Amino acid sequence: MYRYVLRRLLLTIPVILGAIFLVFTIMSLTPGDPGTLILGMTADKEDIEALNRELGYDKPFLVRFFNYLADIIFRFDFGDSYRTRTPVFQEIFQRFPNTFYLAVGSMALSSILGISLGILSAVRQYSFIDTFFTVMAMFFAAIPGFWLGLMLMLVFSLRLGWLPSSGVDSWRCFILPTATLSAGGAAGLMRLTRSTMLETIRQDYIRTARAKGASETTVIWKHALKNALLPVITSMGMSFGASLGGAIIIETVFGMPGLGTYIVTSIRQKDVPAVSAATLLLSVLFCLIMLVVDLLYAFLNPRIKARYTS
Amino acid sequence: MAAASESVLLEIEDLHVVYQTDLSTVYAVNGVDIRLDYGHTLGLVGETGAGKTTVALSILRLLPERTGRVSRGTIRIKGRDIMTLPEKEMREIRGQTVSMIFQDPMSALNPVITVGDQIAEAILLHDKQGLTRVQVEERVEEMLQMVGIEPERKNGYPHQFSGGMQQRVVISMALACNPDLLIADEPTTALDVTIQAQVLAMMRRLQEELGTAMIVISHDFGVVAETCDFVAVMYAGEIVEYGTAEEVLDGNIHHPYTVGLFGSIPSLESDAKRLSPIEGLMPDPTALPPGCKFAPRCPHRMDVCTEQKPDTYLIGDGDLKIMCHLFGEGTGK
Ligand SMILES: Nc1ncnc2c1ncn2[C@@H]1O[C@H](COP(=O)(O)OP(=O)(O)OP(=O)(O)O)[C@@H](O)[C@H]1O
Ligand SMILES: [Mg+2]
Repeated sequence: MYRYVLRRLLLTIPVILGAIFLVFTIMSLTPGDPGTLILGMTADKEDIEALNRELGYDKPFLVRFFNYLADIIFRFDFGDSYRTRTPVFQEIFQRFPNTFYLAVGSMALSSILGISLGILSAVRQYSFIDTFFTVMAMFFAAIPGFWLGLMLMLVFSLRLGWLPSSGVDSWRCFILPTATLSAGGAAGLMRLTRSTMLETIRQDYIRTARAKGASETTVIWKHALKNALLPVITSMGMSFGASLGGAIIIETVFGMPGLGTYIVTSIRQKDVPAVSAATLLLSVLFCLIMLVVDLLYAFLNPRIKARYTS
Repeated sequence: MAAASESVLLEIEDLHVVYQTDLSTVYAVNGVDIRLDYGHTLGLVGETGAGKTTVALSILRLLPERTGRVSRGTIRIKGRDIMTLPEKEMREIRGQTVSMIFQDPMSALNPVITVGDQIAEAILLHDKQGLTRVQVEERVEEMLQMVGIEPERKNGYPHQFSGGMQQRVVISMALACNPDLLIADEPTTALDVTIQAQVLAMMRRLQEELGTAMIVISHDFGVVAETCDFVAVMYAGEIVEYGTAEEVLDGNIHHPYTVGLFGSIPSLESDAKRLSPIEGLMPDPTALPPGCKFAPRCPHRMDVCTEQKPDTYLIGDGDLKIMCHLFGEGTGK
């Protein structure tokens, strides 16, 4: 198993390097040079050029890329923000936890809700419960997150006054954004779990288990669940990616100072180092989550596990 | 019917099973009677779709929920009518009194549970003596050894076993609780010929050692000849011929369908240049003919056959029973 973990860890390195390269290239293709961006259009031409030279912008693209990479690897330096002229890393570091809580919280919530309701619906196929949750899932999968966020805010903050509508001052501030963000994922996972579960229950080995005299509870929890969850786990990783993307929108709706709002403001102001670093961090986070998902999958699936334990 | 005698293990009377789907109603089993004594083996033969698996599933009450339903008839196991048993008591019968080997061994084992754990589960589900972990493990190893698999392999997962070995595991699992009746549905169809012979020989040996009664379902007379004392030939949900293995396999008097089945077996010894398969197809189980179900394909068809369902006639002074107008006095009853 250690070999497998190590291998998967090593495999994320090229992925992250690739992500750095992509982000850097795309940002370099955007028009404008740092000197003009920092000093403004009206500044003296020579000052602008001097600043560009200082920032290494006069060098060829590949040289700049390797400098950027070397700074990250050896000095953990992601550059300074054009806007505030402070290290980008510090700014991101302050905001990152908010996004992290939001994304992880909503992933946990959507997994718990989606999987348990999916199982319930499958076991009670065609019942009222099944129909009810299937329709609900369709509803939540269909409505856009920002709209749901606004509606929740309207009801729970403005009308009822139970929860704050914005900010990050206490854990209560996270309830509405987390609920909003998890709705879509929960709906997707619920529908997937329901269908894989129904598929699994039809398998021959489930009939074998029943023929042994196993109770329905044992059949579902011991024989069906593990098999049914394998495809669900893969999709959980994907849906985490989606919820990172969704976090950007939800943070804006709820006015939370997170990575999402940071990226949005930085893009508006063409703050290249800030956008690059934030995007990079999100891709690293995504890689790590995928790693966890893969490990979980390998742990549950003996075909994969057997290949690495010996 | 007389009261079930002590020696009767399984008694099926007038069993009718239908599969009801949104689109159609399939009449899968249409009046089957089976009586099996302790320790005896019955072969259930018939072409695909005859309703063999359906009969087996009915005995365990494992017909697919919502679609499959016993519409008429009774099934008694050890004299107890199982149609009305509560689910909990039915679970005690499954695996303990009656256990079943399903048609496809490759998919009968749970892919994410070790074979040892799957056998252990069968033991634990019906454990009355409060076996310790160690005792259960010992029993698992013993079962594996019995079917010729090294006990050390109990920690392996199904995909690490070949098809023949998976079938052995399935057999050992089915026998783990010393059932009174073992139903083997096409136990060897998925295996290649050499492994088939091994598995059949093993089943025969285990049957003799343990004294388990067996119902062997197959479309292959060879398999049945290898393992069974009695043979029932099924056609379109009915048993058209029943008798001892000798009577059905070697006798001279047969139902026209059985004769047709023998004609379809390729043989190395006979000089026949070609097979003589039965003309036509089995009737559509959603719209069965009113008279004899084999009449449309029967070379000896009479007028009465298409109108009236034949009775089952006792032939000679043995066990042979045939459901056919040819054997009635004049025209049936
Ligand atoms: N779940 C089901 N829903 C609807 N019809 C079914 C279902 N299962 C079986 N049938 C139908 O019932 C009839 C009998 O099927 P069964 O599986 O008992 O045949 P069999 O004799 O076991 O055939 P085989 O040799 O192919 O296994 C067939 O016509 C089949 O199409
Ligand atoms: Mg079958």
